[in-house]
This record gives sequence, C-alpha cells and structure tokens, in this order.
Amino acid sequence: MAQPAHSTDRAGQVAAVQSAVSTREASIAQVMEPGHGFTSVTDKIAQIVLRPGIMPGWLVGFVIAFALMSMFLFAVTVLLVKGTGIWGVNIPVGWGFAIVNFVWWIGIGHAGTLISAILLLFRQRWRMSIARFAEAMTLFAVACAGMFPVLHTGRPWLGYWLLPYPNSMGLWPQFRSPLIWDVFAVSTYATVSLLFWYVGLIPDLATMRDRAKSIYVKRIFGLVALGWRGSAMHWQRYETASLLLAGLATPLVVSVHTVVSFDFAVSVIPGWHATIFPPYFVAGAIYSGFAMVLTLVIPIRAYYGLEGFITVRHIQNMAKIMLATGLIVLYGYSVEAFMSWYSASPAEGFMIANRVTGPYWWAYASLIFCNGVVPQTLWFKRVRTNIPLLFVIALIVNVGMWLERYVIVVTSLNRDFLPSAWGMYSGTIWDWMTYVGTIGLFAWLLFLFVRFVPMISIFEMRTIVPDAAVDEHRAH
Amino acid sequence: MAHQEISTVPFGVMAEFPSATALVSAARQTREAGYTKVDAYAPYPIAELADALKLPRNRVPLVVLIGGLLGLIAGYGLQYWASVLEYPLNIGGRPLHSMPAFIVPAYETTILFASLAAVLGMILLNGLPMHYHPVFNVPRFAAASSDGFFLTIETADPKYDVQGTRRFLDELHPLGVSDIAA
Repeated sequence: MAQPAHSTDRAGQVAAVQSAVSTREASIAQVMEPGHGFTSVTDKIAQIVLRPGIMPGWLVGFVIAFALMSMFLFAVTVLLVKGTGIWGVNIPVGWGFAIVNFVWWIGIGHAGTLISAILLLFRQRWRMSIARFAEAMTLFAVACAGMFPVLHTGRPWLGYWLLPYPNSMGLWPQFRSPLIWDVFAVSTYATVSLLFWYVGLIPDLATMRDRAKSIYVKRIFGLVALGWRGSAMHWQRYETASLLLAGLATPLVVSVHTVVSFDFAVSVIPGWHATIFPPYFVAGAIYSGFAMVLTLVIPIRAYYGLEGFITVRHIQNMAKIMLATGLIVLYGYSVEAFMSWYSASPAEGFMIANRVTGPYWWAYASLIFCNGVVPQTLWFKRVRTNIPLLFVIALIVNVGMWLERYVIVVTSLNRDFLPSAWGMYSGTIWDWMTYVGTIGLFAWLLFLFVRFVPMISIFEMRTIVPDAAVDEHRAH
Repeated sequence: MAHQEISTVPFGVMAEFPSATALVSAARQTREAGYTKVDAYAPYPIAELADALKLPRNRVPLVVLIGGLLGLIAGYGLQYWASVLEYPLNIGGRPLHSMPAFIVPAYETTILFASLAAVLGMILLNGLPMHYHPVFNVPRFAAASSDGFFLTIETADPKYDVQGTRRFLDELHPLGVSDIAA
C-alpha cells in the first residue's frame, strides 16, 4: 500500500479503463470497472448532481412525466367531484383497478428493500451501486401504491379514519381485519424505507456539501447532511445502525406483501382463500421489483455513462433473481390450479375453469406468456448479457405482474358462488388515466431524484475501490 | 474579532495521511503513545479504526432493543385497550382479545419503533445535527468526504503539548499537519 489514493493521473486511468472494458468477459465478473480511485468515483457520481444546467434528454423525460402526472391530478380531481362511480368498479367486482394497481406498485417497491437490506446482510458487494437507486424506487412506488386504497375509500379526505386516534365518535379501527393490518404494514414500510434511504444518504450529502461551488447549494446540502464529518466513532455507530435497520427491514419487507396477500387469503372468495398466497405474493413482489429496477437502470446507466459502476455483472445478477422468483411465481400458479382440483370444492374448480377458459381467458393466457414463458429465456447467459433484450423482457414482466393481479382480482369476483350475481368488469377511461398517471408521478419523482441527489451511494462505492482495503503489515 | 481568535486556544492539531492503511497505523501509534482525545476521519467506514483507536462499544443496539420493545408494548397495548377495554364489540362471538389478529399490527409497530430508534439513536448519539465543528476550519478537511484521511489530537488531551504533539505527528509521515482553530 504505497500510492496515495487520489492519483491525479487521469490519462492513465482512462487508458486502464479502456483496456479493461475491451474484454467483455472481464466486465461480467466486475462489480466496478478497473482503474477507479476514491477521487474518480466521487467525481463521476457527484458531477451528475453538481453540474450546472439541464441535459436535454433529462428535460424531455421530465416534461413527459410531468404531463402524465398532471393527467393523474386531473383524473383525481374528477374523481373527487363525481365520486368512485366514474370508475369501473361495481357489484360483483368491487375491487378493480384500485386494488390491482395498489398491489402492483407495492410489489415493485419490494426489490428496493431486498437489494438494500437483504443483500446487505448477505454482504453482496454487487448491491452497492444499485441500492440507492432501488431504495428511491421503493419510496416512490409506495407513494403511488398508497394513492389507490385511499382514493378507493370514496372519501379520501377522511383517510385518517383508518388510523387509531382518540376521536369524538369513540370509535376504533377493527384490528381483526387484514385491511387494517395493511394500514399498519404499508405505513410502517413507507416510513422505514424513507429512514433507510435518508440514513444511506447522509455521508453522500456531506460529500455534496463539501464539493458544491454555489453557496446556496452548499447550504442546502449542509443542512440535510446534519454536519456529518466522517469521524471514526460516527462511522462505527452508522455501520451498526445500518446493519440493524437492514435486519429490521428484512422481516418487514416479507411481512408487507404477506399482509397484502391476507387481504385476499383471509376472505372466502374462490381463488383467494389459499395458503400459498403469502409466499407467492412475496416472490411475485420481488420478481416485479427487479423487473422495474432493470427497466429503469438500463436506460439510466446508458444515459449517464454509468456502465463502469453498474456493470454487466449487476444486470446479470438481477436477471438471475428475476428468473428464480419468476419460477416461484409459476409454482404459485400451478399450486392454485392443483388446489382447485384437490380441494374438491365445486366453487374452486369452477373458478379455475372460468379463469382459464372464461371471458377473461385472454388475461390469463397473456399472464402465463409474460410470467411463465418469457422469463425462461433467462436461463441462457446470452440473453442475460444482452442488455436491450433484457430491457424488453423486464417490460414484459412488468406487464405480466400487472395482469397477474388483474386476473386474481377480477376473475375471482366476476363469477363467484351465485350465477345470478355474476357480472363483467372493465376499467373505464378514468381508471386508465389514474393508473397511467401514477406511472407519470413515479417517473417525475425519479427524474427529480437523479437530478438532485447522488443516485449511487458514493461512500459505499469507495469501499470497493482497491485502495480502500487496510493492510497494516505492509504499512512500513 | 481578530483579537478573540488569537486569544482562544486552538481546538487541536490535524494530520492528513495518504491512505486508509497509513491512517489506521497512525491512529494505533497515537493511541499507544498515550493520547486519548484522538479522532480519525475517513470518507468511508474503516472497520480497523475501531480497534486502532480503542473505540468503546457503541450503544445503538441497546437503543434499538428498547425502541423495539416499546413498539411491541405500544402496538399490542393499543389494540388490547381499544378492543377489550374501551370499545368491546362482539362480532359473531369471536373473543375480544383476538391474539392472532393483534400480532400483525404489533409486529409492524415493533419494527417501526425499532427503526426510528436506530436512526434517531445513531444521529443523536453522534451529536448530530451539529452544523459547526472546529475540524471544518481546516480548508483541506473538505477532502474528508471524498478522498482524505485525517487524524486529530485535541488540545484538551492531557498529553497535549504545543511542540511535542506536532513533532509526534510529523514522525508519523503525514502529508501535512495543521492547527485546528476553535
């Protein structure tokens, strides 16, 4: 260990980088391209935020996202004026797009917590460059998810009635209901995700404070960095707190989608009342979340030139997790079909027949194509390392996971026990505008995030720079 | 103003080192030389520093444990109180004290309180937010959040001596040594 970390030989670094990247195989094995030091890592990530001006590509995306978000606000305004009658929900399908979208969004969030918490506990170094980004994705996905149940209550301005607080009516929430468990699970999840994200940001906010040129930018970052100075004692407590937060977030993330699945499984509706639901929902959540991380990371790493930090190895590992969780989801579909026969319940048997061959057969067929057939291509390394193809697969999986929730919600409700009470369901234009609008909200928040906050954890990236290791035997 | 600055005793001395290894080795030698009010600053967590500086065990885990227990008691207690004592509601003869159902929200509040305790505990035990600290008076210290490794010895240290301490730091082969204005 002889060389100072902050080598100023930029030309040498660039040459090293180029020669290393030329071999594709080498880059697959790497979690960071060779040639990086503390300074180059810090510069590369910090300059995305600190560079003055606006990049045209960012602006175009931001404007589109803003327009979609405005559509969301418009749809919600109409909803508030006219009521939930503008949506497609009615008897017998009282749970339509609102619940489908809620489950879809909350599931997407799960990959962020998995990457930042579970992979932290397993000391997976490849999580570092994607963790911050995935956590932000979690936060925004949970924000989008939260919109739907609250809007679905019909009187969202009374949403606080869901919370236990002393009130003049003397009433308390029904704690035996999974819907109230959901309130606790989702609000805890949102809070803990925010805490996790912010704690991870503190040292990087200090970096931004110390590097900002403008006094205003310096002050804003200084304020939120809380005066972080990187003392050894601070780092020690910081590491303990991060590890404990990861340990707490891991059982939390498993519980959140479990509780979401209880919303269905605790009822007696055919197709919902199944013990496979919790594990199958959790796996589906992680599956859809990784698909969303890939959907976002692939264009962003190309646009900002971050291939050196988010390497083919990251992309490939995410594809592998998608394959594994996709297989669990496929197993869930098989168990659903098996149990409908094995239970010998006529209602369950009819449910699966209706699901596969009934009026919504197209949704079930597309679901099996998107979630069952397409991900099997990920067995091949050539597919996992083909970035544009992987992007398309991730998009298909996103659609597939939305269809899965659509199938579960709609095909179980539209034809249950009494044929006289059967009915068809489809989303109205307002349903679609609200749904697509939340995608706009999600994208809008992400555009702000990548512009104003370092999107990769700089301090964690420093720990995997070769110079970071301490070797006291060679010190003198 | 200027008079006051000159008359106050500096906060301490700061030495910059070229690498994490050099910092850990310097920290160890400083502690072994008998200095106690020593701190090290690095742009990323260095596990070896805790041993080199003989840092005490931190109390974050205890705070988190207390937070978690409080969350469990608060969550379960709230449900028991609301459903059994304050507003008992007989629904189909189900027990008022529905333990299996109450576990779920109590589980969530346990995690919520423990996480809040972890974050607030870490921030407050670290003495943050603290927007003024003398180390920031050294211009070079801005590098501590990107690529600089620093060691400080405070003037409050019983072993501190204006010339002796500076000479000691010089012998550790730092990149530079500077006084920290208070």
